[in-house]
Parts: sequence; structure tokens; C-alpha cells
Amino acid sequence: MTDVIDSLVGIAPGSGLDAIRAQRSEARKHAQASYASLFEPKDVAGVSTDERHAIAAFVTGLHGEPKTDAFYAARLPAALRSAVAAEVTAAKTKGPYGHFPKGPLSVEDAPGPSWKVSDGGRTALGPRLSAAFEHTHMLVFHPRDASAPSLQSLLDAGWSTNDIVTISQLVSFLSYQIRVVAGLGVLASTL
Amino acid sequence: MSNDKTLTPPPHTEPVVFTRDMLDWLPWLEPMAEADMTEHHIKSLVDAARVKSPYFRLLARDPDVLEARTRTDKDIFYNPEAGLPRAERELAAAATSRLNGCIYCASVHARFAATYSKRVDDVQRLLDEGVGARLDERWEAIVAASVALTALPMTFGKEHVERLRAVGLDDAAIADLIGAASFFNWANRLMLSLGVPATQPK
Repeated sequence: MTDVIDSLVGIAPGSGLDAIRAQRSEARKHAQASYASLFEPKDVAGVSTDERHAIAAFVTGLHGEPKTDAFYAARLPAALRSAVAAEVTAAKTKGPYGHFPKGPLSVEDAPGPSWKVSDGGRTALGPRLSAAFEHTHMLVFHPRDASAPSLQSLLDAGWSTNDIVTISQLVSFLSYQIRVVAGLGVLASTL
Repeated sequence: MSNDKTLTPPPHTEPVVFTRDMLDWLPWLEPMAEADMTEHHIKSLVDAARVKSPYFRLLARDPDVLEARTRTDKDIFYNPEAGLPRAERELAAAATSRLNGCIYCASVHARFAATYSKRVDDVQRLLDEGVGARLDERWEAIVAASVALTALPMTFGKEHVERLRAVGLDDAAIADLIGAASFFNWANRLMLSLGVPATQPK
């Protein structure tokens, strides 16, 4: 299978960046294995392939990195395309913001929205994906605001503990992959 | 409605500053019970000793992702071949964690950065003052690049690469920095959202 990071950065075999990535061959192999285990898992368990791709397209839409976003948007179930695009437009903001535990760090608290899916979006996405999108928005833009009630909202929407681990990994992995692609893309442009 | 529940952590003291002290981490969701873990789950921990960690037993609920995550992590940080010195990979991890606000992750990687660089005061200044702390040009360039990769929208650009080259980083070192800062955008989100740090009992 094509290595997704190589393909999105445009790293050709034999190029300088190919040699540099080859020095971290385990990281390269297992970043790809992380992708495969999230998006082409042996067992999808409680999070369907369409749900995984819908959450991914929301994450990459929020980051606004064109190539990575196009890759995941292309895998989005057609029925959800316009709903996800509308929520991305409404949800996109700047990060990271959020609050710290009360104390000396409170002077660094940076307020920002606790974003909610629109009424129209909720109808199109359904309660499970709506809850997942709201949690995803927090993970992407203000992860330090996370707390037990955020996880309770996912449980209330029908996700299990196992599902929440998978969804958390999916959003967090993409936060890594998107940045590696963007960073290596900049480095490649200077070589 | 799922039958699963969030956990109420036992009485504890949450750290309210960034610190190099050893911290505990208390999960908000039930980790797997050791007795329920199959060979597949145990293998996903990579290090067998991690079976004692609630964080890794929670992530073991999706074992394939955990194993791939851990092997990615280890190569980015521990592979000694070429690239960025270990101390500065840790610096990038600590700076990313400081900006995102992950007190637990910052504590671990600030300790490593201090140990490997022997620059305890500089590392502590990063924790105390944040990512704008005065360090030296090389460390400030590394912190600034980590910040530019972490903040949204991302601002990492050619000027960051040029500044890193000017302080002596070659392309392999810059690729390591990108890997380390990006990886902590993964790790911070898991640590911050699945549980809470606690000071260790004296």
C-alpha cells in the first residue's frame, strides 16, 4: 500500500526526503500502520468505516491543509459531504485555547467557543456523529478544556468506552499526520 | 445510551503549574482489567511493564492503533542515528505540550530535556514562562518551529526552516523536529482528554 504521508508530501523514491525518512524507518512504517489500523482495520468494532471517514474529514477540514483535506474528503460518504462541509465552515477557529486548572496559570486562560453542531447538521449527521464532532472540535482547538463530562456526552450518544478510545486515537493521529505532511512539505520546498 | 460510565478519580491534588516533578495520571474511562487482556492486548503495549499503567491499559482497548502509536513514538524519540540530538527532540515535545497545556506530558519531556541537555534552568524557564521564554537562539528557533506547527492555523514556513538551518540543524534534524512536535500533538490530545494529572503523594 502507498505510504500516505509520502504520497501527500510528494516524496519520490530516491529523493533527499526519502533518504531522511528512511533513517526513521520504524516511525515511517508505524505511522502508516496507524493509518491502516484506523481506516482499514481488521475489525471496525463499534465505529463504522463511514463514521471514521466522516470524523476524519471534519478534522482535516478544520485544519485546512488542502492536500490532506482532499485525501480524506474524497473518502467521505457522499450523503454526508455537504453536511460536513457546512459544519467545518461554522466550526473553524484558531487554537489552541482553553483554561488551565485554577491557580497561577489562570492568567494564561484563553477563552473560546464550546462549539455545537447546527440543528441542520444534527439532522444530517445523527446523534452519534454530532456528539463525536463536538468532541472532535474540542480535541482539535482546545484540548486542555477536556473533562469527564465531555466523555459522558459521547457515552450518552451511544458510543462505548472502546469506541471513544478509537475516536480519540483517530482525531489525535490525524493531528500528527496533518502536521508531518505540512512540515515535510515546507522542508521539501526548500531543498 | 451506552452502559459504560465515566470514572470519578479518587481524591487527589491536581498540579496547577507546569513542573518537572513526577506526576500520576488518573483515567476518566475504565482501563482494561489485566485479567481480561489477551496476548494481542499485551503485545500492543510493546513494553510488558506498561501493563501497570492505566493510560496504556485504556489505550489497549484498540490494540492495533496503540502498538503502531508506540512504535512510531519510540523511533521518533529514541532512534540515536543522526538527526536532532535527543535533548532537542525532547525540547520540541516539551514546548508543544506547554503550548497545548498538557501538564502531564510537559513534566515527562521537560525532565528528559533537562537530563539530556543538562540545561535545567532553561527547561524550567520554558515551563514557568511559556513558549516565549528567553533561551538561546538555537533553542528559541526549535521552540518557535514547534509552536508554528502546533498552533492553528499552522504558520510553519520557510522562514522557520531557514532559522533552524542558521543555528546548525541539517535536513535530518529538521525532519526530526517536525516528527517530535507533530507527535506531541497526538500524545497531548490523548493525555488531556482521557484523564487528569495528579501530584504524587509525598
